[in-house]
Amino acid sequence: MSAKSTQKLAKLFIWGSGFITVLILFLIIGYVLARGLPQLGLSFLFTAPQGGLSGEGGISTAIVSTIYIVLLTIAILIIPGIGAAIYLSEYARDNWLTRIIRYGVDTLAGVPSIVFGLFGFVIFVTALHFSFSILAGALTLVCLLLPTLIRTSEEAIKAVPRSHREAALALGATRWQAIWHVVLPAALPGIVTGLILCIGRIVGETACLYVTMGGSSAMPTSLLSGGRTLALHLFYLATDTNAFEKAMATAAVLIIMILVINTIVNWISHRFQARMYGGA
Amino acid sequence: MDPKIEAKQLNFHYGKLCAVKNVNLNIREHQITALIGPSGCGKSTFLRTLNRMNDIIPGARIEGEVLLDKQNIYERSVDVVELRKRVGMVFQQPNPFPKSIFENIAFGPKMLGLSHKLNLDEVVEKSLRAAALWDEVKDNLHKSGLALSGGQQQRLCIARVLAVEPEVILMDEPCSALDPASTLKIEELMQDLTKNYTIVIVTHNMLQAARVSEWTGFFLLGEMIEYGKTVDIFSRPKDKRTEDYITGRFG
Repeated sequence: MSAKSTQKLAKLFIWGSGFITVLILFLIIGYVLARGLPQLGLSFLFTAPQGGLSGEGGISTAIVSTIYIVLLTIAILIIPGIGAAIYLSEYARDNWLTRIIRYGVDTLAGVPSIVFGLFGFVIFVTALHFSFSILAGALTLVCLLLPTLIRTSEEAIKAVPRSHREAALALGATRWQAIWHVVLPAALPGIVTGLILCIGRIVGETACLYVTMGGSSAMPTSLLSGGRTLALHLFYLATDTNAFEKAMATAAVLIIMILVINTIVNWISHRFQARMYGGA
Repeated sequence: MDPKIEAKQLNFHYGKLCAVKNVNLNIREHQITALIGPSGCGKSTFLRTLNRMNDIIPGARIEGEVLLDKQNIYERSVDVVELRKRVGMVFQQPNPFPKSIFENIAFGPKMLGLSHKLNLDEVVEKSLRAAALWDEVKDNLHKSGLALSGGQQQRLCIARVLAVEPEVILMDEPCSALDPASTLKIEELMQDLTKNYTIVIVTHNMLQAARVSEWTGFFLLGEMIEYGKTVDIFSRPKDKRTEDYITGRFG
């Protein structure tokens, strides 16, 4: 085959791969939205699930539970996650200890979420007496997501050119000043991508919340209330009822929610980056 | 006159590799000293020992002394931050921060906690004027430093160093990424700066060393082969290896 036709074939293949990816994405989202959106109404959004085989009621408590669990998990996760990433990339020397830490982090990132769920059930639900609650669910998710956030943040921090750090140090900045005012702002887009991945996992997680948050459809009143997230509600609708249309509507809300959260997080990170670049 | 910087029997090792061997060198105040030599000869490594930029390299080890105004900068009591405020550095690749021109210049004073004592607007203008960049950027101080041309970026980096008011400026091949016109501007700027600053420049470009410096040191394989007045080094070198290098027989 001539070089020219190889080139054409390669181009076709690459273009085709991209096309198929986008097609699948639009098919799934399009199908869910097309089936789900007509079912959506204010009453669906603002009433609690009633239960029963026909899945009566709406999803108000599931929306609230989802927002609570996202906010709480991220709030607990963000400081140790980014802190550990800074330690591993900027301070830790390359020795057997840090190699073991990295190996552990990588291994944890690949453990199935239900294993974390069982751990959370034993520690948070039972031993610490948090019972089935938003707090127990969030703490379990923190354990599940720490490795992901640490590794994505570490890669983002390492990708900042060394020349930036050197320039800051040569101007008399301390190591921490160089990290805070130069390295972190430059790494922020990558760190935020890691956070968005985490939020996606939180919103989509079922197995590990099933055994730590329970599935109460009542409105949560405190951190120690049980609850069900949208994904968990979807799971109940799909397994315990025949309310397929309601499941689709719930899925549509789930997708819209992820889009909204991602947009908000991106907006916040832009504001934050501007402020950090602004100086001391 | 006492030298501004004095290196005494300086050795520098990366792990097992000895990158700088037994260098003795006096750098005179308010003059330009050039360090020349082929790639990998240790001249940049030597330069970076003068403000302890090599400290951050794992496995680095140093022997001997570097005296700045007669004080050994490798003594325990020396604060590295204070040292780097006195001995600034300009790098090979222009490396402005991805911040505005104003914030690039203000960075040093802010980090040193001087922003409340100084009028930052004045510091920025003074530094940019001293770096011969003011007229080109005065209307765009809030544009990103990365939007400037390579030569302007390098002058921005020089202005950023000047804002900290150092005594010595180290320049590590500051023109190697620049076109001839920008190079000329930087060389003129260096001449102006000797009124207030002591400059040490590492360069690949022998013509540049001959044009800008009063003193030249020739490095080869980690050793300083010859050191003297630039005119002497280039017109009647004492060592055969120096002669071979400056006449272009290798390097």
